[in-house]
Amino acid sequence: MKRFIEGSYAVAEIIKLCRPGVIAAYPITPQTHIVEALAAMVANGELKAEFINVESEHSAASVILGASATGVRAFSATSSQGLLLMLEVIFNIAGMRLPLVITCANRSVSAPINIWNDHQDSVTIRDSGFIQFYAETNQEACDLHIQAYRLSEDPNILLPAMVCMDGYLLTHAAEVVDIPEEECVARFLPPYKPVFKLDPDEPITMGVLAGPEHYMETRFAIHETLTKDVLQLIPNVVDEFEKVFGRRSGGLIEGYRIEDAKEVIVAKGSVVGTIKEVVDEMRGEGKKVGVLKIITYRPFPGEAVYNSLKGIERIGVLEKSISLGSGGPLYTDLKSVFQGRKSSSKVSGFIAGLGGRDITKESIREVFARLSGEQVDSQFIDLKV
Amino acid sequence: MGKPLFYPGHTACAGCGQAIGARLVIEAAGKNTIVSNATGCLEVFSTRYPETAWGVPWIHSLFENASAVASGIEAALRYLGKKKEVNVIAQGGDGATADIGLQSLSGMLERGHDILYVCYDNEAYMNTGVQRSGLTPVYSHTTTSPYGKISKGNIRPKKDMVGIALAHGIPYVATASVGFPRDVEKKVKKALSIEGPKYIQIFVPCPLGWRHEPMLTYKMAVLAVETGLYPLVEYEDGKLTQVKKIRGCKPVEEYLKLQGRYRHLFGSEDYKSDLMKIQEIADRNIEKFGLRMFQDKK
Amino acid sequence: MLVPIISKPGTSQKSKTGSWRINVKPNFKQKNCVACRMCVLICPECCVEGEAKNTFRYDPDYCKGCGGCAAVCPAKDIEMLPEER
Repeated sequence: MKRFIEGSYAVAEIIKLCRPGVIAAYPITPQTHIVEALAAMVANGELKAEFINVESEHSAASVILGASATGVRAFSATSSQGLLLMLEVIFNIAGMRLPLVITCANRSVSAPINIWNDHQDSVTIRDSGFIQFYAETNQEACDLHIQAYRLSEDPNILLPAMVCMDGYLLTHAAEVVDIPEEECVARFLPPYKPVFKLDPDEPITMGVLAGPEHYMETRFAIHETLTKDVLQLIPNVVDEFEKVFGRRSGGLIEGYRIEDAKEVIVAKGSVVGTIKEVVDEMRGEGKKVGVLKIITYRPFPGEAVYNSLKGIERIGVLEKSISLGSGGPLYTDLKSVFQGRKSSSKVSGFIAGLGGRDITKESIREVFARLSGEQVDSQFIDLKV
Repeated sequence: MGKPLFYPGHTACAGCGQAIGARLVIEAAGKNTIVSNATGCLEVFSTRYPETAWGVPWIHSLFENASAVASGIEAALRYLGKKKEVNVIAQGGDGATADIGLQSLSGMLERGHDILYVCYDNEAYMNTGVQRSGLTPVYSHTTTSPYGKISKGNIRPKKDMVGIALAHGIPYVATASVGFPRDVEKKVKKALSIEGPKYIQIFVPCPLGWRHEPMLTYKMAVLAVETGLYPLVEYEDGKLTQVKKIRGCKPVEEYLKLQGRYRHLFGSEDYKSDLMKIQEIADRNIEKFGLRMFQDKK
Repeated sequence: MLVPIISKPGTSQKSKTGSWRINVKPNFKQKNCVACRMCVLICPECCVEGEAKNTFRYDPDYCKGCGGCAAVCPAKDIEMLPEER
């Protein structure tokens, strides 16, 4: 049913439809509306779940780790400092192959303290083994959560997933969102069937000490699962989703007017919406431009990205995060895919929107313009110095 | 007799007090128990892949979150309608409990989860090589509170974890010692019969860390109680309901002189006043809890 | 791809920690035993078992020779003896 609803509340409605058994929540701006809405649903008996008010994000992640290990679907949401605080648990969950979904309401990281949107928080956990999705719209954010549980709990996958949505820009923006019917979600997402769990009837030991003789294979297995099984499964999940819900949503990447483009900006998150508008305007002026949206960031869909962009003359990666001392993580990932390949594309990296600085249509036109100039690695846009 | 719940073949040191404690706890709890264990000696020596000494479902996550993971397990069991049949135990050493894990323990106790928390108190971070923790006693030598030319070892008293647990208003708090194994079992069984958060702190000597013969583990665990340094108490709903009375309170010197971690006191010229400081701790406990069995004898 | 990193109960028994004993082993005399079971309770290796009086014994495959059983026996019915290895 279509509703005009704030992004956070839409996500809460979706999580309710996914029927988690345990929700752990520690408040942090701008995630608070998600967990507050879920708390109200539990309090009103609309959602049968155990809602645990933990005393920190480290414990929030630990609680859902324990719940998933006991065979129950679990959910939490966080942002920024909270995500950084639960960092070691994030690695732990993936290392233990426990399915669950965490929403990250993207926000910049301290210091200085800043509560506005950028992607620095979630890109920081890109090494962890979590599947990572970035939503352009609130509709996409909702759909990605349902797909995230489906992927995560697949017995061939068994990896946690994070759905990233821009803090304030999506979480606190009201848009028209189609909230699906309960039976559609139930059809697409069956109850969670754990492959292994803590159960006195079949005791197992989880979270073991693995020495040099055993550790490396577990990391290899996660890498293989991400780079082979997850990348293969995501398009199938998108097809399945379309069959059940009647719309195409999610996926690895989405090309917008890139087929005959001379210049393409690559980006993720809500800024893609603004770039699409600029692309339309510039196309109207006769300029051959396009935008490539990265929806799945981890595993990095290198082949799909390369195949979409190999014929493009000038590519600019525009991102809201930076590996300080090096460059944008997305730029680094993308550039490495082009390394040593036939394509003669010129790839440049641009940093914008840190700490919530607005990325305007003018800024995007500026990026397109700079693509004709010299190749740059990490050029900041709209800087005041 | 049923399958063992804690198997031999683990790699604890000979005479390890914690191995004794862990075994007593899980055997008292029974096979319908899920254990959430913090990082530490117990976790390391019992679960070196591909071997495990545990016969019950057992999970280790990190150092400071055993209580939080247990909270998630307990919540999941409640969601599944299985909480009444399954015990949940969260456990860890003194470092994992009183220091790094204090926050998640406090959260678990405050939220009222039906979980028994067991602290194995060997008075230092043993697994990483005997470093000082919040439960390291006065004048104990550890590698990060060593005695030296101008140091007598650790100078701070043990953190009052019993007091902290009581402050959360939980239904059961107790201390125990592996020198009194039946008392350990009794307290674990009693705790698990009560719904809500419970805290038991078990004194477990460490031959390696304290530098005493493995054969003396049992004697250490008894002497600490008999000197009054480690009172065995039981609180129910915040009220002190039971203490283990001592037949003849032994002087602390008898206990301290058997351990290498206190040896530096005996050679020093301040030995009398140093010993007096530790004796005062014991005397305060004896007074506070009424540990003397016979009032007029000293 | 899933590399199982969970362990099943009983697998620790593969390590025969009895090889750790340096030069002593317990001797359960089985003469004056009162079946108090303290030796069973105090053993860190859970390798002491028994039922009625004078039936208590240890498992040499796992005993590390700590001497706890000898220290705890109220009837002094367990002693630590030198062991030739």
